[in-house]
Amino acid sequence: MDLRLSDAVASPAVQEAVAAVLAEHTRATGDVVREHAYFTDSGHAARDRRHLLLPALHAVMDAEGWISPGALNHLARVLSVPPADVYGVATFYAMLVVEPRAPHVVHVCDDIACGPNGGEEIAARLTTELGPEGKGDDACWVRSPCLGLCERAPAVLLQRAGRPDVSIAPATAEAATAELAAPVEERPAADRAFDDTSVSVPQTAGDRAGLRLLRRIGLVDPESVDDYRAHGGYTALRRAVELGPTRVIKEVTDSALTGRGGAAFPTGVKWDGVARAPERPHYLVCNADESEPGTFKDRVLMESDPFGLVEAMTIAGYATGCERGYLYIRGEYPLATRRLQHAIEAARARGYLGADVLGAGFTFDIELRRGAGAYICGEETALLNSLEGLRGEPRNKPPFPSVKGLFGKPTVINNVETLYNVLEVLAVGGPAFASIGGDRSTGTKLFCVAGAVSTPGVYEVDFGTTLRELLMLAGGVRGELRAVLLGGAAGGFVTPDQLDVPLTLEGTRGIGATLGSGVVLAIDTAADVPAMLRRIAAFFRDESCGQCVPCRVGTVRQEEALARLVRGAPLGSRATELALLDDLAKVMQDASICGLGHTAPAAVKSALALGLLDPPTSTNGRAR
Amino acid sequence: MTITEPVLLGGIRRLVTLTVDGTEVRVPEGATILDAMPDGDTPTLCWAPNLNPINACRVCVVEVEGSRVLVPSCARKAEDGMVVNTDSERVRHSRRMVLELLASSTDMSQASPDVQRWMDEYGVDAERYGPPAPPADDRDTRHAGHHHTPDGTTAETVAQPVKIDNDLYVRDYSRCIMCYKCVKACGTDAQFTFAISAAGRGFDARIATEMNNPLPDSACVYCGNCIGVCPTGALKSVSEHELREAGDWHPEEETVTTTICSFCGVGCNLELHVQQGQIVNVTSPSDHSVTHGHLCIKGRFGFQHVQNLPEERRG
Repeated sequence: MDLRLSDAVASPAVQEAVAAVLAEHTRATGDVVREHAYFTDSGHAARDRRHLLLPALHAVMDAEGWISPGALNHLARVLSVPPADVYGVATFYAMLVVEPRAPHVVHVCDDIACGPNGGEEIAARLTTELGPEGKGDDACWVRSPCLGLCERAPAVLLQRAGRPDVSIAPATAEAATAELAAPVEERPAADRAFDDTSVSVPQTAGDRAGLRLLRRIGLVDPESVDDYRAHGGYTALRRAVELGPTRVIKEVTDSALTGRGGAAFPTGVKWDGVARAPERPHYLVCNADESEPGTFKDRVLMESDPFGLVEAMTIAGYATGCERGYLYIRGEYPLATRRLQHAIEAARARGYLGADVLGAGFTFDIELRRGAGAYICGEETALLNSLEGLRGEPRNKPPFPSVKGLFGKPTVINNVETLYNVLEVLAVGGPAFASIGGDRSTGTKLFCVAGAVSTPGVYEVDFGTTLRELLMLAGGVRGELRAVLLGGAAGGFVTPDQLDVPLTLEGTRGIGATLGSGVVLAIDTAADVPAMLRRIAAFFRDESCGQCVPCRVGTVRQEEALARLVRGAPLGSRATELALLDDLAKVMQDASICGLGHTAPAAVKSALALGLLDPPTSTNGRAR
Repeated sequence: MTITEPVLLGGIRRLVTLTVDGTEVRVPEGATILDAMPDGDTPTLCWAPNLNPINACRVCVVEVEGSRVLVPSCARKAEDGMVVNTDSERVRHSRRMVLELLASSTDMSQASPDVQRWMDEYGVDAERYGPPAPPADDRDTRHAGHHHTPDGTTAETVAQPVKIDNDLYVRDYSRCIMCYKCVKACGTDAQFTFAISAAGRGFDARIATEMNNPLPDSACVYCGNCIGVCPTGALKSVSEHELREAGDWHPEEETVTTTICSFCGVGCNLELHVQQGQIVNVTSPSDHSVTHGHLCIKGRFGFQHVQNLPEERRG
């Protein structure tokens, strides 16, 4: 195609940053990009590189803090992508901006865990110090959905042009502005707060009994491959190579391991499907776009045991015949990103990734890709589109990714926690793994316990542990328990009389709830439940990709109706509003393209069913 | 049927048998459920015979036994033994709600008479979401992941000023239902010009050129294929827009004359839409083997010379 570009020219810093992305691509694939003053490669060669668009957009943001018309032209020309498409992709993501903005941005989490726990205070304080949201010359602040740091609430993320991003949690407005002004250090000071892993994983402070997925957390140096090996690292991969791909898949199938991302699909079936697919190449994708409000388990695993994920992906790639794995991590996880990038490079340098892994004659390498602020990209087909350099809009299924996935090829997509489980399956064997729990809920499960509990954090328990036992493990509830949000914004509420539910796929379904991504957010009687529900409704309205009508407009109408209900100003009567919400819920659940739309009404529906929004409690339930 | 396959005589396709509303239907393998619909009156908005299924509007959903959620009949391939229900309570509810949600947020008044009829038949009540919010002038610059918290007193809409920045098209995005047809017609399904793309996210998603540039600064070649596929009048010719604004638009009087374009040797079929003795629009039949309904700037807009008559002979 002929590109029509304006006269705007990219700055040297932007050109250099994009050149670095292309150079890394050349290193990884051997594909040389021929660039001239007025054109680059065109045709298939260029179109096959469209997947570099998101990394290149990130590089531009990192260099200059926004995507200028000149930068947009440069990307369009170098990658041979129509400028309208570059613009369409750039405007899809919350972390990318196409208008000038302050180069230093404080993303303040105001979501369900952080908002009521200091997030709103930070927002108010920064309004005084930096100005209104989004405004400011050198620094500004913006609201953010859940940053996945709920156990350390409140949290902020600093997005800084020319410097690495950092998370601060627990955060204050002062800490955020101090970090903005701090000199550049090799290791950002804010990162050091994460060195004490017992904050995120309280079980590591105890006797560590029963820890399987979390067993290395706090013991292993996340930046040393030797230390990883000293703590049992790479024994699972060696075991896998001894067994061979077919028997690895058999072990995984025997373990009855199900996906931990929320859909609970049997991992063995997924692997087997791709391993047998005649079409080549096969691709592996690790879904580390953990963005469900209240979820932080994958972040903790990746931050503290990054080599574990690299090893598990290598095993998955070996078993399913993939030579290339993409690790798609959410853009708001700077520390985990740094640690994984380091781990991938260290593993490659030591022959654990590359052309002849372990000298065992198979090829596997990993490419790390950052998301850019889009919950929808945790949906597997939206993630694939995002990886391919398209807007992160879900695809119609069927065909499923195991048949037609990344670049149209058979693709295995696994959640981070699922992959860590594979290490355990190989350590103990499939049948032993399956002996914990039962049915489709075998092995151990990570839960993200936060909110009104004494010791929030990631907890690992055997499937079948009751909700009450889990809350006790987290030090018990602070105050009087009103409800527990189970499964995150896409999940639902359970009431104090349901605490004896066994935490299994089957058990939670029995009471009309869901495990979802493992969120357990305790809500006490002092909490403002209507405000929480409005935040959830606002979240879905923000995060809907906008592709299908039920979700695009339905999430707007749901938020409006909820606002009227909470204000006590219904159109017509309360009953007509409830009927309206029910009608909206039905069409979103039935006719949306993907899981986001299907689950967007879940929390509101569940709160209404349990009477959490009944008129008396919405005014009296609040502590004064 | 889609246009993904070349128009050649291929191998003989196997027939698949499915049940639609209790009636057994046989269609060639690869056909969609929509192709298998006996009555031909399934509501569709983002589907067009000359584009690949887009699968965005969800108004054509049907119930397929064994499927947890409803499936889009435009995109889902028919399978042997499939049992399809097109008129269940769930299907009717979703179709009504899709039309209702669109009607509550978008100006549907220039959508086809079929759309108006479906809205009546399914019992659409767009008023129940509250009075529409006033037009917004910031829809082109909203940032993904951020919106103003509503209080629910008005229903948010996509109402916004009309974009008129060239001599041939207007873009009236208050009428845009985000069906993506124009993007596909401009891009991979017809023109390969890629002047426009979906931009933004969620309810703030919109069709845009890069940086919201005016069309003359974009890659647009004015083929008008986006106008040809727009189902709601969001994209239309300047001539139609001006006649409508002047209250001089008379679709009931319109006649259509089929002819062949005389500009080059390709031989595209043209349909001249004539009102009051004047050509007001030019289209091409979507089942025409050469055009598949798409034209170039000359075929679609180069008709002035036909009407370049002396004053006394004008109708």
